[in-house]
Amino acid sequence: MATTSMAQAINQALADALAEDERVLVFGEDVGTLGGVFRITDGLAAKYGERRCFDTPLAESGIVGMAVGMAMHGLRPVVEMQFDAFAYPAFEQIVSHVAKMRNRTRGRVSLPMVIRAPYGGGIGGVEHHSDSSEAYYAHTPGLTVVAPATVADAYSLLRAAVAWPDPVIFLEPKRLYWSKEEVTLPVHAEPIGRAVVRRGGTDATLVAYGPSVRVALAAAEAAREEGWDLEVVDVRSIVPLDEETLVASVRRTGRAVVVAEAPGFASVASELTALLAERCFHALAAPVLRVTGFDIPYPSPKLEHHHLPDVERVLDAVAALQWEDA
Amino acid sequence: MATRSKAAGARLLPSAEPVRFIEADGTPVARRGLPGGPELRAAYRALVLGRRFEQQATALVKQGQLAVYPSAHGQEAAEVGAVLALRSTDWIFPTYRDSVALLTRGVDPVEILTLLRGEWHCGYDPYTHHAAPQCTPLATQAPHAVGLAFAAQARGEETVALAFVGDGATSEGDFHEALNFAAVFHLPVVFFVQNNQYAISVPVRRQTAAPSLAHKAIGYGMPGVLVDGNDAAAVLSVVGAAARRAREGEGPTLVEAVTYRIDAHTNADDATRYRPDEEVTGWLARDPLARLTAYLTNSGQLNVDVEAAVAAEAEELAADLRTRLVAEVPPPPRELFAHVYHRPTQRLRDQAELLRAESTAPEGS
Repeated sequence: MATTSMAQAINQALADALAEDERVLVFGEDVGTLGGVFRITDGLAAKYGERRCFDTPLAESGIVGMAVGMAMHGLRPVVEMQFDAFAYPAFEQIVSHVAKMRNRTRGRVSLPMVIRAPYGGGIGGVEHHSDSSEAYYAHTPGLTVVAPATVADAYSLLRAAVAWPDPVIFLEPKRLYWSKEEVTLPVHAEPIGRAVVRRGGTDATLVAYGPSVRVALAAAEAAREEGWDLEVVDVRSIVPLDEETLVASVRRTGRAVVVAEAPGFASVASELTALLAERCFHALAAPVLRVTGFDIPYPSPKLEHHHLPDVERVLDAVAALQWEDA
Repeated sequence: MATRSKAAGARLLPSAEPVRFIEADGTPVARRGLPGGPELRAAYRALVLGRRFEQQATALVKQGQLAVYPSAHGQEAAEVGAVLALRSTDWIFPTYRDSVALLTRGVDPVEILTLLRGEWHCGYDPYTHHAAPQCTPLATQAPHAVGLAFAAQARGEETVALAFVGDGATSEGDFHEALNFAAVFHLPVVFFVQNNQYAISVPVRRQTAAPSLAHKAIGYGMPGVLVDGNDAAAVLSVVGAAARRAREGEGPTLVEAVTYRIDAHTNADDATRYRPDEEVTGWLARDPLARLTAYLTNSGQLNVDVEAAVAAEAEELAADLRTRLVAEVPPPPRELFAHVYHRPTQRLRDQAELLRAESTAPEGS
């Protein structure tokens, strides 16, 4: 076993994909010579050459639009959006073309491509560097949306995304880039479309994805002192969603809190909450609660800790799950 | 260095007047460079078929058989010339107004009109015809052409990608990004702007303060060429040269075809609100079909027999289109869920089942 960071795992996944499949290309802003602002593509241009890993002009719509044409003609582009909020210029390409090409052409043209984006907050980024934009993508039919929470998943889900027949939005929790695990690469984790129980428990289920999984696990650990045995389910794949794993867990525990960093209104957390209410109603001892970011523009670095769901806020929600009736 | 750049830059500028081989009355400007008889007769045939197709499509709108039809009446030489200048393996990226380009490429007219009949979004197989789906969001297809050209080059093909763009779309960010990417990566792309003078109601002078749209090319370091878009011979020659450059590894070209949309934006538009009738009359006198017919007839390259045969073929096309189009039925509703992902998610399977149950439920249940 080796100690590996999430950044290294993603780098290795890209390197292995480039080595195994000559159709794979990696490009974006500063990904070539510099190796990316987070150094995720470090060394790839040197090793695989500038036809396989390269810098583009600074234009996100052009990057994604070019990837569409490449994917139409036999390549498998993997593009990097430098930050979550810098992807918005590409929004029209993503929504009107990336997501819809298969449908528009009645299945004749598919777009195997990956759009990677560092996402979420917690690193003290100034404005426009900390958005959780998953709801925009999850709301758009045709996109596959995944967010790894572990080093092994970062590697495995990215390899799966590159091999996936549909376009994938690959959301990398930037505050976990330097998190480490004992893991030997390559590693094959569960496929896209599967949620994973990260910690078994009997009293309530915490549902989370991306950066919030760590918060949920920490909260579950802390909850032991309060006498609660909490289960933690890592969603991993927002689209397609593994409803069965989520529903099975919540039906078993009878209580659930959904934890996510994005503003809660009209969010992925809202959808998960509604789903659990619809499908677990008779097993629920309390309404499903949400712990999310506030419905505010992402705050400045010195204020962001107020905004981000933390262990205390999760425990407060767990405490509100009508235990007096139990 | 500065001097060299200056000299190189000057070569990128378009000519002051659009390239023209045949005057509006059919008189050749110069024999030199004029495409030969077979090429021009092919263009003539495509123009006649294209115009008849458009007339039929417009009639089908009036009969309620099509939701809408954005006419390219007046622009047929640009549509036809651009496609005939390419090889069939070259890709075209058309807009919603470029149905005549698709017809010229050989796409079944019924499949072209699937979109406007409202039965699906793209009715033809892009891979069969090397033609991307007709694109409605302006200029967004231009970066796709760039990416396809990149892939073609990476695969060692000689394929050229041609993006159709309208004058209004040159204001969009994707137009800029596509030209810039194509030039930076030195890709085999032809950007073919049909300047038909109006973006719905807004005249081209409100889109740009540049002397011409072709002038924009120099800002990207690629040549800009201005061509008379109502002269099929000139379009054939100019696009042919741009495609040759692209194939020989000399990079992209921006072509501006100066033309005019004779009809309103669509049947739902009222063009009298934004342009005078005299303007339309003036452009009718520069009709692309009349011009090519006059030139070919006067130079003895077109006789009445050929004319009659092409006219008959056009009538046949229109009749066949009428018959087959009205017989078209939309795909079964279950197909709504079939092409969202490579295999439907559980949610989509559930929703398909819901729809199936609804549509098979007995009356009154």
